[in-house]
Amino acid sequence: MKINLNSKLFNAPIAIALLALPFIIDALFGHGWVRIADFALLYIMLALGLNIVVGYAGLLDLGYIAFFAVGAYTYALLGSPQFGLHWPMYVVLPLGALIACGFGVLLGAPTLKLRGDYLAIVTLGFGEIIRIFLNNLNAPVNITNGPQGISAIDPLQVGGFSFGGSHEWMGLRVDDVHLHYYLFLGFTLLVIFISRRLEDSRIGRAWVAIREDEVAASAMGINTRNIKLLAFAMGATFGGISGGLFAGFQGFVSPESFSLMESIMVLCMVVLGGMGNVGGVVLGGVLLVALPELFRHAAGPVQQALLGKVVVDPESLRMLMFGLALILVMLWRPAGLWPSTQRRREFNADDSVLQQEQETVYDASK
Amino acid sequence: MEIFFQQIINGLVQGSVYALVALGYTMVYGILGLINFAHGEVVMIGAMVALAALQALLAAAIAPVLAVLLSLMAAVAVCMALGYGIERIAYRPLRNAPRLAPLITAIGVSIVLQNLAMMIWGREYHSFTLPFTNDSHHLGGAVMNDVQIVIVIVALLIMAGLMWLVHHTRTGRAMRAVAENPAAATLMGVDINRVISVTFMLGSALAAIAGFMVSANYGIVHYYMGFMLGLKAFTAAVLGGIGNLRGAMVGGVLLGLIESLGAGYIGDLTGGFLGSHYQDVFAFFVLIAVLVFRPSGLLGEKLAERA
Amino acid sequence: MSMTRFALLAALVVAFAGCGKTETASTAASDELVIKIGAAGPLTGPQAHIGKDNEYGTRMAIDDANAKGVMIGGKKARFELLSEDDQTDPKTATIVAQKLVDARVNGVIGHLNSGTSIPASSIYFKNGIPQISPSATAVKFTAQGYNTAFRVMTNDAQQGKALGEFAVKVLGLKKIAVIDDRTAYGQGLADEFVKSAEANGAQIIAREYTTDKAVDFTAVLTSIKGKQPELLFFGGMDPQGVPMVKQLRSLGMKTQFMMGDGGYTPKLIDLAGAAVEGTYASLPGVPLDKMPNGRDFAKRYEERFKQPIQLYAPYCYDAVNVMIAAMQKAGSVEAAKYLPEIGKVELDGVTAKIAFDEKGDIKGGAVTLYQARQGKWQVVQTMGGASAAKP
Repeated sequence: MKINLNSKLFNAPIAIALLALPFIIDALFGHGWVRIADFALLYIMLALGLNIVVGYAGLLDLGYIAFFAVGAYTYALLGSPQFGLHWPMYVVLPLGALIACGFGVLLGAPTLKLRGDYLAIVTLGFGEIIRIFLNNLNAPVNITNGPQGISAIDPLQVGGFSFGGSHEWMGLRVDDVHLHYYLFLGFTLLVIFISRRLEDSRIGRAWVAIREDEVAASAMGINTRNIKLLAFAMGATFGGISGGLFAGFQGFVSPESFSLMESIMVLCMVVLGGMGNVGGVVLGGVLLVALPELFRHAAGPVQQALLGKVVVDPESLRMLMFGLALILVMLWRPAGLWPSTQRRREFNADDSVLQQEQETVYDASK
Repeated sequence: MEIFFQQIINGLVQGSVYALVALGYTMVYGILGLINFAHGEVVMIGAMVALAALQALLAAAIAPVLAVLLSLMAAVAVCMALGYGIERIAYRPLRNAPRLAPLITAIGVSIVLQNLAMMIWGREYHSFTLPFTNDSHHLGGAVMNDVQIVIVIVALLIMAGLMWLVHHTRTGRAMRAVAENPAAATLMGVDINRVISVTFMLGSALAAIAGFMVSANYGIVHYYMGFMLGLKAFTAAVLGGIGNLRGAMVGGVLLGLIESLGAGYIGDLTGGFLGSHYQDVFAFFVLIAVLVFRPSGLLGEKLAERA
Repeated sequence: MSMTRFALLAALVVAFAGCGKTETASTAASDELVIKIGAAGPLTGPQAHIGKDNEYGTRMAIDDANAKGVMIGGKKARFELLSEDDQTDPKTATIVAQKLVDARVNGVIGHLNSGTSIPASSIYFKNGIPQISPSATAVKFTAQGYNTAFRVMTNDAQQGKALGEFAVKVLGLKKIAVIDDRTAYGQGLADEFVKSAEANGAQIIAREYTTDKAVDFTAVLTSIKGKQPELLFFGGMDPQGVPMVKQLRSLGMKTQFMMGDGGYTPKLIDLAGAAVEGTYASLPGVPLDKMPNGRDFAKRYEERFKQPIQLYAPYCYDAVNVMIAAMQKAGSVEAAKYLPEIGKVELDGVTAKIAFDEKGDIKGGAVTLYQARQGKWQVVQTMGGASAAKP
């Protein structure tokens, strides 16, 4: 297998920009925004995982955050005073990914026959079931510590090097938010790389085939059952890794971090950015993490500048603007901000082709 | 035994509420094949408008019965306008877009409505009290009050009315035609846009009625009330077979019964291990079990799905 | 292609840099001492009304201090409030915490919930910024070994203990049913209540659960009805308390009803109407009426914000004053200098006489029990207090 390092994502200026980014952000806006960038990377990983299920294979999943939760709790339980276990990160992270993968198959198996919105509600239910169990398994035997959550989780560390502390190299002070940025960036690039390779692989094409027409795909000799399960499993694995990193980063997990609203946000990232296109999904992740924060900053000062006083409470306005942004962006670019070339072609096609393509898209996502 | 009877009544009342809201989901879905995620928020707006109107009318010394009716009508009118607006702005331009696009605009609409309501009516809870006494009736040891009786009856009446509308009127026939095959319906002279607008307005009117009754029953109104209710009702609609009116009714009542019996009995049956904290888990397990054996819900037919 | 994209990125960075500059330019100050107090709590979402109440309480303390003209280390101090919305979300809480740290706040009043206070506390601790929560009650909050975390509110163990003792010893109720809302607050308080009630000889005959989004409790209430308890305790907040007590009465149950501080709100009485009569609720501290400044605070709050105190505003007010007292004692507004003084502060607050134990919990932890009678919360009695032994 030849790895093409010259692909668009790996060119030098962008690499330098990515490496320098936390320091630029820090210098301009402070640590808070570096932390937001860290969360953006975690969400990008999540969105890329969901993209495999929704974007590639066309299976609408509204409970995706459950895998994030499984990864996070695996890390939390095996690396905190909860059970007195302090397993190293390089064991716990892969283990979390593996367990999440198992849950992915567990969810996929009974739902193979379901289509579209029926699948959506079952996955939604699955996500809620996981959250409810995490919230309640503090009695009769205390496993998850219930609604109180698990605190004092070990920081992400390899050997003696902790990402949770501050380090000084050659007079350059590097704080925990910066270190996490680089760690998460590494994982994100790995996930992007895997996603792109998958896209062009036999498996990736099989997913697209199922998305476009499941019956035809199966007639072409694709084992739809295994391929669908694989999509769930792969998506869940990425979610699990992201969850483990989240737990180590936050040092605290509680079930309220894994609500339905989170699943919906991740889905918005995928659809808004451009389903099936890695670049679009990354863009969606960055935007949806940054936008509410941007509105948080801007709502007050902008009113001040335009009207001379703060008329509407900035906090109320923030979510309102966010909702409006979701609507406007989708109206403006129904296929997402940066759709995959294939989808773009569908949209620029003449009417008869468009009609035909539409029908298959409807069909496949049902 | 009277405890069991009471649990059945609890489930019926809760289920009727779910059913009313589920009807709105299912009507839109039946015609457009679209989950109108903002429906729960329309219910909330209905409740808020009804409350505001009721307070204003009572303050103006209008007779209580008239005030209640007028405020209900105000809520219905506002919600119908809202439903029409939502469809025009957020869904119609996307009718030929990828299927998930309107789902995202629906989520956007839902966020906007919630925050608008928060800005207009404030962050706090409001009391919703009807200007009548709400008497309790004892039926064989179990208790049911006036509002609850009205909820069950209204749910049944509305359901019957809708069935009649869909199966015995011109508009209904047009709706069914659009659901079966929009292209063919157009050829037969059906104005698709009009039919879809009417559907949204009808669904939103039901949402207003549901919002009014839910608030009257629980006595409180809050800008956040629509989300959970919408979610439960959506689950109910899928359970019964989304797109099917009877299914919404059956699914709603069934979900209400599962919740009340599940919360009421499973805790004791499992020695407290699976108590009422797993109420939603039972509901979702039943849903998954039903869908595994009947992939399009209890009463869902393949025909109802859009080709 | 890639170069143009890079250029675009660079242009964006420059554009943002422009924005950043204008933002920081406005904070130039004169020779007065500017002290930034951060406040964090949910300003959107289901608990927004309580979060806003907290912000108001903090704001009032700051405005009072500015009006009074506080001198710190010989300089005139001017306080500024930076209020942030944590959306009751642990993740947003850490972002908000980091932002307050970036803004170089001198201290933080918050957060409202335990679920947000705990993850945020590690960030404040790392940066050495004192954090006084007005309302986080989870025992864990101050038990993490952070010297920056304080609270002016009793913790679940203190309050649950008082509630349990009151129910069993004072009211003499022995058959008790308990419901909690499965939030960190509700579950924590309910568990501590159960411990205390059982230790005092009561029997827990039913343990049921609901969620913080539910409005229909008829199923669990009916199930409890069959077991005929003398008291129903609910660990949760007023949005659930209102419909719960209404449904309790409409099911024809005469069981006594009791809640913790989450129930002691004007809303519970306004909204539940006649059904609420006889309900018990607790509130940490001494009744506002009994404290010299308390009544005045309540009056001024209502005049200024056109609403009654919702819940924790007085605690926020006290929390700010604790911070100011520590600053005055240290003669410095620098966190590192005045942090050690917070633990030694003794203040006649509007909620209680405030002093901290070595963990940062409030010492003694008086809890007052109220009963709803004739549409008003009336004091029944105060359990524990400054003189009482620590739990």
